[in-house]
Amino acid sequence: MTSLNLEALFQSKIDEEIKIEPKDWMPDAYRKTLIRQISQHAHSEIVGMLPEGNWITRAPSLRRKLILLAKVQDEAGHGLYLYSAAETLGANRDDLVQQLLAGKAKYSSIFNYPTLNWADLGAIGWLVDGAAIMNQVMLTRTSYGPYARAMVRICKEESFHQRQGYEIMIAMANGSPEQKAMAQDSLNRWWWPSLMMFGPHDSESTHSDQAMKWKIKRKSNDELRQQFVDVTVPQAEYLGLTIPDTKLRWNEARGHYDFGEIDWEEFWSVVKGNGPCNKQRLKARIKAYEDGAWVREAAVAHAAKKEQDKLPESSAKAA
Amino acid sequence: MKNEWPLWEVFIRSKSGLSHKHVGSLHASDAEMAVENARDLYTRRNEGVSIWVVASKDITASDPDDSDPLFEPAKDKIYRHPTFYEVPNEVTHM
Repeated sequence: MTSLNLEALFQSKIDEEIKIEPKDWMPDAYRKTLIRQISQHAHSEIVGMLPEGNWITRAPSLRRKLILLAKVQDEAGHGLYLYSAAETLGANRDDLVQQLLAGKAKYSSIFNYPTLNWADLGAIGWLVDGAAIMNQVMLTRTSYGPYARAMVRICKEESFHQRQGYEIMIAMANGSPEQKAMAQDSLNRWWWPSLMMFGPHDSESTHSDQAMKWKIKRKSNDELRQQFVDVTVPQAEYLGLTIPDTKLRWNEARGHYDFGEIDWEEFWSVVKGNGPCNKQRLKARIKAYEDGAWVREAAVAHAAKKEQDKLPESSAKAA
Repeated sequence: MKNEWPLWEVFIRSKSGLSHKHVGSLHASDAEMAVENARDLYTRRNEGVSIWVVASKDITASDPDDSDPLFEPAKDKIYRHPTFYEVPNEVTHM
């Protein structure tokens, strides 16, 4: 079959909602786009452990500490599901990790913002995980089978992440005036970066059209962002907190909230590596990788030795 | 890379009475570690009562490009399904 026919066949499968599986024929660009997107997603989960892991030793109670440990462990798990999904496309795990450590691969910019106090852990669960869920629920229906299946697992687990964050916000918003002020401050700092998580406007987004045609994505950046604003505003009202946007108001005609413009200069600056914590995050990942090197080597040596130990016995029997 | 851990496919029995089902893959230096890692990665919420791990390199799969000729022989044998046969209304328990 010519590659033109193969491509037409591929697109007709996508149009008929037939999932693409690892060994099926796919256009090179589809494979490359997915490897890039899935590995960036995996890197985001792994780097995403850092801002919260930072607070495990300082959680205000044993209950909160257990919850936070479980959540950070989940993020590691999500990273691993996603790396595995990328590997089904022929990517090599070690190459992907090296790209992250070399600063060549991107991860979600949100994790380049610092967690300054405990309220930030509430805001992250509520807003950052909330925004991630919007995107990830859409991706449970993505056209590539292993990615979709990883997303189903992740979404099941992610729901607890958002709820525990909102619970922290409820506790703080109903606490002392100082605690309520901390909750408000944290909403002020995390609101705009959370909206930025959905990426550039549709008109500015370079990969969007093709990703929609291939059904890797099913909703545009702006659609998802609007959906997030619409569900989150009432949640902020319940907390008695104010979203830091003077242009935010319900638009009866549209049936949606109108909201102000994102500071795109800040967005691109953080993407390009100049956010508050870009260097710190990468340094922490490199340190973790280097500190773990001897463990990886020792495990391989141990496995090789065990294989070796098996050999003389079996060859003796054969003789 | 020299020290890269091999890839393993993980199968989980979610409860007694059900088959093991493929859930994903992971890296581990040997089979024993693969089982331990599978416990941490795929059963954090009581998803399983039993784990199988198989080295990915040991799996032989059919080729999707050959799936038409491979599965074609079963396609026209509708007489293998009970719905192919007519049972008179008077006849019950069949």
